[in-house]
Amino acid sequence: MITGFADPFDVVLNLQRALEARLASGWLQDSTTSLGPFPPINVFQQGEDILAIIELPGIEKSDLQIQAQENTIRISGRKSVDFPEGVSVHRRERVAGEFDRTLSLPVHIDAAGIKAEYRDGILALFLPRSESDKPRTIAIK
Amino acid sequence: MAAKQELQVQQKREIETKEEATLPTRTYVPTTDIFETQDALNVVLEMPGVEKTNIDVTVQEGILNVEGRLDFSKYKSLQPLYTEYNVGHYARSFRLSSKIDESKIAAELRDGVLTLTLPKVEEAKPRTIQVR
Repeated sequence: MITGFADPFDVVLNLQRALEARLASGWLQDSTTSLGPFPPINVFQQGEDILAIIELPGIEKSDLQIQAQENTIRISGRKSVDFPEGVSVHRRERVAGEFDRTLSLPVHIDAAGIKAEYRDGILALFLPRSESDKPRTIAIK
Repeated sequence: MAAKQELQVQQKREIETKEEATLPTRTYVPTTDIFETQDALNVVLEMPGVEKTNIDVTVQEGILNVEGRLDFSKYKSLQPLYTEYNVGHYARSFRLSSKIDESKIAAELRDGVLTLTLPKVEEAKPRTIQVR
């Protein structure tokens, strides 16, 4: 007598439930987070201004270009990963290549006031909102 | 003209451990390159945002442990508008296949990339045997 097996329908139903749970978890669904072009960008608000923080480890400053125009910022450049000659590579996970990304912002940017800082593999772009774009308070007489 | 190869984003992989952390922060696996030369094993880890003083590298019983802690205080006053990646600490460990001289390990952090040079002990280096 076989005692180790439960109801075979249970097994099938459990599989069905597991598959449905997979679908409900957001897997195989469209999402914008973490799925996008390189480099990944986080945009924060700092008072009236905008701060964009970009994860870009191991880039030469000379290989990075930042262009600003009205409400768009373009970040382009190349990332290279080099190995010395005659080594045996055990593991290769870091990616290398060219990238070009344009970020559109809902506000106009004061292009002259943009500050870019690259430290510890993080590029921080300080984007001040232009004066003409700021809301004005109108006094009622 | 050949088409340029566009760089794709790498999904950050969260660390999987059996134990639960006491702090409710995320920990990610740094992307790593490892290559071996005649006298050393080189490990290159990407840990963007981690400062020099917040990195721990240890070798114990043939296990290399690398830990990088992120300073979250910079993010506290910021209000997110649009996010594409999450931030957290970094941790990864490797079982070393060759004998390493633990006293001579060198580490260098540059632009968020940590380069470790693990020199092999003398008896682990390859020897050329002359055939007579």
